[in-house]
Amino acid sequence: MGHLTYEESKSKALKIILILAAITLLEVIFALAAKGYIIEGFHLPTWLVAGVMIIMSIVKAYLIVYEFMHMKYEVPGLVKSVLLPMLLLVWAVIAFFSEGNYWKNNRDTLNKKYEEKIDTKKIIPTGYLDDTDTSLMDRM
Amino acid sequence: MANTAIHHDVDHHDDHHDDHSLEAKWGGGERPWKASYGKLMMWYFLVSDAFTFAGFLIAYGTLRVSMPAWPVPDFVFSSLPGDIHHKPLYFVTFMTFVLLFSSFTMVRAVQEGQRENSKGVVFWMILTILGGIGFLACQAWEWNTLISKEHMSIYNNPFSAHTEAGVYLEGDGHDIKEGDTFEAGEPYLIHKHNGEWHNLKYKVTEGPDAGMIKEQSLGPKAFGALFFFITGFHGFHVFSGVIFLIIICVNAATGLYIERKNGHEMVEKIGLYWHFVDLVWVFVFLVFYLI
Repeated sequence: MGHLTYEESKSKALKIILILAAITLLEVIFALAAKGYIIEGFHLPTWLVAGVMIIMSIVKAYLIVYEFMHMKYEVPGLVKSVLLPMLLLVWAVIAFFSEGNYWKNNRDTLNKKYEEKIDTKKIIPTGYLDDTDTSLMDRM
Repeated sequence: MANTAIHHDVDHHDDHHDDHSLEAKWGGGERPWKASYGKLMMWYFLVSDAFTFAGFLIAYGTLRVSMPAWPVPDFVFSSLPGDIHHKPLYFVTFMTFVLLFSSFTMVRAVQEGQRENSKGVVFWMILTILGGIGFLACQAWEWNTLISKEHMSIYNNPFSAHTEAGVYLEGDGHDIKEGDTFEAGEPYLIHKHNGEWHNLKYKVTEGPDAGMIKEQSLGPKAFGALFFFITGFHGFHVFSGVIFLIIICVNAATGLYIERKNGHEMVEKIGLYWHFVDLVWVFVFLVFYLI
């Protein structure tokens, strides 16, 4: 604030909320259109739909944080201390989603592995243990 | 800024301060990053909360990409009050607009607070509270429909999607009739009859299993738990936000903030929180309903 008069900030708030509402409506229409609800038999690939949705959501997030929460008018130090930690999420999304994808691709193999049984009697520990101590074998 | 007028003398003094030594900085009277303690700490609370929500949403995404079939949002969320069905995303879009509207009225409340107009603050805050309660009411209806009509719980999820094309060998008495065909990726809902899941039998028509007779299986269990925990956690934020809004609205109405040195700064702080709740909804809306 400070930079805008009362009247100016009032009309600005109205402008931003209308943009947010328009983007939201656009998102819903796009989501439905991509699945053939609006034009029969018209489909778009999931990655394209997801990409466009994510970009539109980030624009909405920007408007909320910078305009409604007044991040635009804070000093650079505060802005950086709040926004830079969010970069960690970029790593988290990539790491976890690739893990999820690995799971999907290897589901059959993994399921087979889980059903495998290990015959613990056949495992003979060497060194360290004497015959009476079976605790290690139990744990296996 | 609400305190511009009040702190003007201090700021003025700082601007023309010749002694910028460490001692002078630690002497007090100077705000780091020109934000009050309360506002700064609200920002950091929101940072930590953002990570909590991000953790939940990333867990949702990870589980979703790891499953061969996942409930289709425009099929799951397609009911309206009055027993109306097949209206994909109508209700949740309405909910989103209710929350957006309350975000706008909150901005107006903060603006009135900045010019120390208690009456304006109270007026716009009441509208914000009504928006928050409206959103919670919508969520209660949505949960009720999922739980009591569609039998979704944190343990069971009757929504899923086919992974192969086929033809139904029996009908469910609702939308599916015997002989109906379906494609891979088509969503379905398993109904409950007399406390028993009524999994429909179908014949696979394409792919390596063509000709085999199979039965619909319940959807990924995680969906129910993720849905109720994440939207519930968000709803709890809205609920606590409404409580704080009511307290601050009452304080503003009694003229408490007029007497305070920092004016209506409490309204700004709850405003930050309220916008954050709206911000989280942008992403909950994205991952649960749009994609």
